Amino acid sequence: MAKFEGYKDIYVFVEQRNGEIANVGYELISEARKLVASIPQMGFQVVGVLLGHNVTDKANDVIAHGADKVIVADHELLEGYSTQFYADTLTQIIETYKPDSFLTGATVLGRDLAPRVAARLNAGLTADATKIEIDQEKVADGEALLLVTRPTFGGNLFGTIVCPDTRPQMATIRPNVFSMDPVDTTRTGEVVAFTPDFKDTDAKVVVKEVIAKVVEGIDITKCDILVGAGRGAEDCLDMVEAVAEELGGAMCASRAVVDDGFASKDIQVGQTGKTVRPSLYIACGISGACQHVAGMEKSDMIIAINRDPQAEIFSIANMGFIGDVKEILPLLKEEIIAAKKA
Amino acid sequence: MKIIVLVKQVPDSTEIRVDKVTGTLIRAGVPSIINPDDLAGVEEALKIKEATGAHVTVISMGPPQASGMLKELYGRGVDECILITDRAFAGADTCATSSTLAAAIEKVGYDLIIGGRQAIDGDTAQVGPQTAERLDIPQVTYVDKIMEVNDKSVTVRKSLEDTEEIIEAKLPCLLTTLSGMNTPRYMNCNDIVDSFSKEVKIMTFADLDIPAEKVGLAGSPTKVHHTFTKDVTAETETYDMPAADAAKLIAKTLKEKQIITK
Ligand SMILES: Cc1cc2nc3c(=O)[nH]c(=O)nc-3n(C[C@H](O)[C@H](O)[C@H](O)COP(=O)(O)OP(=O)(O)OC[C@H]3O[C@@H](n4cnc5c(N)ncnc54)[C@H](O)[C@@H]3O)c2cc1C
Ligand SMILES: Nc1ncnc2c1ncn2[C@@H]1O[C@H](COP(=O)(O)O)[C@@H](O)[C@H]1O
Repeated sequence: MAKFEGYKDIYVFVEQRNGEIANVGYELISEARKLVASIPQMGFQVVGVLLGHNVTDKANDVIAHGADKVIVADHELLEGYSTQFYADTLTQIIETYKPDSFLTGATVLGRDLAPRVAARLNAGLTADATKIEIDQEKVADGEALLLVTRPTFGGNLFGTIVCPDTRPQMATIRPNVFSMDPVDTTRTGEVVAFTPDFKDTDAKVVVKEVIAKVVEGIDITKCDILVGAGRGAEDCLDMVEAVAEELGGAMCASRAVVDDGFASKDIQVGQTGKTVRPSLYIACGISGACQHVAGMEKSDMIIAINRDPQAEIFSIANMGFIGDVKEILPLLKEEIIAAKKA
Repeated sequence: MKIIVLVKQVPDSTEIRVDKVTGTLIRAGVPSIINPDDLAGVEEALKIKEATGAHVTVISMGPPQASGMLKELYGRGVDECILITDRAFAGADTCATSSTLAAAIEKVGYDLIIGGRQAIDGDTAQVGPQTAERLDIPQVTYVDKIMEVNDKSVTVRKSLEDTEEIIEAKLPCLLTTLSGMNTPRYMNCNDIVDSFSKEVKIMTFADLDIPAEKVGLAGSPTKVHHTFTKDVTAETETYDMPAADAAKLIAKTLKEKQIITK
């Protein structure tokens, strides 16, 4: 007999704001598909959970992105995000459907909501994870134990966390670490409407005003080509920009460059900056500290230029060049122009 | 008004190094600091105290040596420091930590609770929301400005990915604060002198109304399966060649990979 009778499937919270679904929900659905495929004997499904108001029509998008089933709670109190009403609804959904595991994006919203729900259910919750696997040895016993890995101590150490005794196994997962499968509009799936039952409809917290943050420049998490500037490239940031521009990409920076005041925090990559996964990342004068690497190691191809042969960045770069960025970058720009013409 | 600030003592992560052989943290010689997000919370509480005469209690759960750090906070001007410490609390995850903190908070009494957004050792950002849940009070996380406080409510600014929200929450409630929202004050001379005569109050398991299975390792549903340091997986090749050749090789490779097109 299964250890946790009645608990099954991998559930993914599909975060939306103003009817717009955040990519992380789809990234987690894509990853959940891989997980269920690794344990065919369990017969698990991937279930999306969508909360909001007038969002039911979005359920088909969730299915097209890989869900077998979508549970939709469409209610006027769920119009904008509210910790109170979202936590009430999610707890009721979990108690009703008994997911074996429940994944949420580690966004500001996800990190506000998931802990609250986990505490109410006394379920284990692993925070801000970057990798999920299933313990194949336990599958024979009818158990789909998640092995959830996360960086700790500022990215210096990784811990793999398990919740062997409670269900659902909950985790928040960092956006942009899993890739999103292509959309398949021919997929079909089940849409289940869930009506939440609010004991208390009096809102304890009210959002009075929403102010857009002024974003200067472009969103580096959406760029396919990034040229990263480190402290070693501080004297030639114009060349870093020029190479990025020639490649049709953008410049990003290490924290050192941001701290030194040469770049805005918006383009900082790393543990305390943004996580990026472009097709190409050229690291210029970046030492390769673990906190920086944590934000860019998933890039498809990494090229590093550093004058110190011992630099850590060389251990993760696909191609490393020992040399001076001030010499290489101007020449590289010319070579790119030439290669385009050829 | 009674304000409680949750404070954790953490190793200074800018100083932490990993032993590449054993894959464990080298803690020896690493200084302990007050978690930066929590220090911002202490500063906000002291500002409210100045404006309204609120009473500020700091609560920390940790090993006995954390009392040194708490004593320092008397020097900044807090009214009371409580250290929750007991062998029974060892090995607590966020679930057990929040249960323990909530049990202590109930004993002390509160109108407003301020915690840090996240602690730099675990980086979970879960203890704040989970403590609010245990106390059954509302929460606002990621607060980067406290705009107004009165007897019934607080108005704060919350920082999200692309927006900021101005939020009003009824009291009692719990806020989690972001370091960088203020510059924490230094200790002042009068308070330092006063702090010598002030004691850190100790609470143990016996002082809290909480069942043993809710605290420490027993009350923790998450378990550490294993830890490791970064493994090098990428196929790496390092070249030492003249700059002109390096530029050529990069451009050639990008052309082959069709990253450089027309
Ligand atoms: C809690 C915490 C969070 C952090 N979060 C982040 C984060 O999000 N992102 C981040 O980036 N960092 C972060 N850091 C900081 C991180 O530890 C490093 O300090 C930082 O990444 C170093 O930046 P850098 O490589 O640009 O600078 P440095 O370490 O100063 O390295 C400069 C490199 O440039 C090389 N160089 C110098 N001149 C030249 C030249 N002319 N040509 C070629 N090479 C040259 C040098 O050999 C050196 O390797 C964090 C640290 C902590 C403690
Ligand atoms: N042992 C503890 N004692 C007091 N406060 C804590 C403790 N652990 C966590 N906190 C509070 O909860 C916040 C979030 O911690 P964490 O969930 O560990 O990232 C911290 O910034 C503290 O304010």
